[in-house]
Amino acid sequence: MSSKLKAVIIGPGNIGTDLLMKMKRSEWVEPVWMVGIDPASEGLKRAVDMGVKACATGVDGILEHVIADDIRVAFDATSAYAHAENSRKLNELGVIMVDLTPAAIGPFCIPPVNLADHAKKLEMNVNMVTCGGQATIPMVAAVSRVQPVEYGEIVAAVSSRSVGPGTRKNIDEFTRTTASAIEKVGGAKRGKAIIIVNPAEPPLLMRDTVHVLTEGEPDQAAITESVKAMVAEVQTYVPGYKLVNGPVFDGRRVSIYLEVEGLGDFLPRYAGNLDIMTAAALRTAELFAKEAANGVVNLPARG
Amino acid sequence: MTIEGRKITLHEMSLRDGMHAKRHQISIDQMIAIASAADEAGMPWIEVTHGDGLGGASVNYGFAAHTDVAYLSAVVPKMKSAKVSALLLPGIGTVDMLKEAIDCGISGVRVATHCTEADCAEQHITYAAKTGLDTVGFLMMSHRAGPDKLVEQALLMESYGANCVYCTDSAGHMLPDDVTARISAIRAALKPETELGFHGHHNLGMGIANSVAAVAAGANRIDGAIAGLGAGAGNAATELLVAVFERMGAVTGVDLFKIMDVAEDLVVPMMDRPIRVDRGSLVLGYAGVYSSFLLFAERAEKRYGVPARDLLLELGRRGMVGGQEDMIEDLALTMSRAASS
Repeated sequence: MSSKLKAVIIGPGNIGTDLLMKMKRSEWVEPVWMVGIDPASEGLKRAVDMGVKACATGVDGILEHVIADDIRVAFDATSAYAHAENSRKLNELGVIMVDLTPAAIGPFCIPPVNLADHAKKLEMNVNMVTCGGQATIPMVAAVSRVQPVEYGEIVAAVSSRSVGPGTRKNIDEFTRTTASAIEKVGGAKRGKAIIIVNPAEPPLLMRDTVHVLTEGEPDQAAITESVKAMVAEVQTYVPGYKLVNGPVFDGRRVSIYLEVEGLGDFLPRYAGNLDIMTAAALRTAELFAKEAANGVVNLPARG
Repeated sequence: MTIEGRKITLHEMSLRDGMHAKRHQISIDQMIAIASAADEAGMPWIEVTHGDGLGGASVNYGFAAHTDVAYLSAVVPKMKSAKVSALLLPGIGTVDMLKEAIDCGISGVRVATHCTEADCAEQHITYAAKTGLDTVGFLMMSHRAGPDKLVEQALLMESYGANCVYCTDSAGHMLPDDVTARISAIRAALKPETELGFHGHHNLGMGIANSVAAVAAGANRIDGAIAGLGAGAGNAATELLVAVFERMGAVTGVDLFKIMDVAEDLVVPMMDRPIRVDRGSLVLGYAGVYSSFLLFAERAEKRYGVPARDLLLELGRRGMVGGQEDMIEDLALTMSRAASS
């Protein structure tokens, strides 16, 4: 029996399609279904062209196939509003849910910081925060593992072309969810998030800035070493993740300047924001698959 | 060009845009004194917020001396007839922060996006309009969009519920003909009852001329800052606008002598330095760079030895938009490394 976890992707938009392209290369997760709600959608057609089955009747349409196709993990790239129901229905059938919406009903997952804990506990719903959160919270954590962080602030600048209508309509959810994860996962006592949409042509690569205020004088050598190690961790699944400048020390302020270049799977390479979300989500499912294969966790029993 | 008899609604910026020039350190007493004096002079609208709007308090933009709630709840109750507005930039501020400001008694909000990203403001404009606030869509860095694009974006804001849309020259880069082209195109496209405004910066010395051009082309709301206290070379100076509009026969309802006294007696003495077209602010206007970048670029010059002018020119070339203050230190680090290698 193959040890690959069989997967369904819900939402055939930019994120879902990019995720599918990455998953086709995975040694641990195998995409089986793409789920949408519009039979005529481009995204479903693309999915069929890429060799997976398409379901145009939403999550309800996939439920009857879950056991037959041994679906073990689902990726939800729809919206916060749809997510709660999607998750409930699939969890009931023993499907692990990786949530790429800002719904955040499960714990936040930033792979290099807390994925291992979630996998050991077999969390049935994990939330991937936001693109800006994936790019920056590892850095907040890199500082907070050295010394207490009073305040963590991030600025994510993304190219206009890479920001879809869902994010624009609900931009507050980005700032709220990211700020909350800066505290809960990044380890800052207070978190703040800012997102800037830049329409420059040709589109700019995603840039992310992390400012933290440490409690007491920052331990410059230890923080610099920790940040560099964390950058290397993120690079294992996002090769285009780069420390451009910093860490800069100015009193208690530590500033870290990052750039995220994507792999250019579905959207061009400037859309590192898209890439870091899908790469982190896939990495999450892959670790669950490895832990299951190694017998560290047992997937929900099926008759 | 005649604007005789036109009614113009002025909106005072010194207590919001002026926060940039004061590194957001205006005291509550100063806010109350200036707002009260402007109210007394007949100023209909006064904006009070962190320079970068609600939620602007941050490492990235600077922490203000007080919270937006503290400023607003101190100023609003002192107003006899002036209405107070807040600024909100989606991506920085949220609807939650707007609710707090509403609880402080604001009468209006200006929801600001980069001139091509109006759809990031839907949540905030829709909410504000529903509560009955005077709801303004504020298209920043308008020089970066041509008239057609700006019309498309203004219509989006109007469709979300904005009762007024602004063409905002955040970089002070526009010339009067640029203003005329944009304002007349937007005016022709909006519903007749939707108001149209212009916000100028004086970086190329065009703050007043551009405001006059805007009125001539159909704008009826104009932003000014007393003594020009605003980012870069400042905004179009309110007292100058009042004098010029009066000479042209347009009606602002603001008392010229009272407002010039506020400028001279209250605002000029609190400036950290003269607000004028100096080398840095001229570069902003010339290169089309967001006006609040000025002090950050000067600080980066001091720390990293890269001339502010070089930084600002390169930021303009890279197409940085409002809110990307973090990219100034980043660029200074990159340029100083390149210079030393």
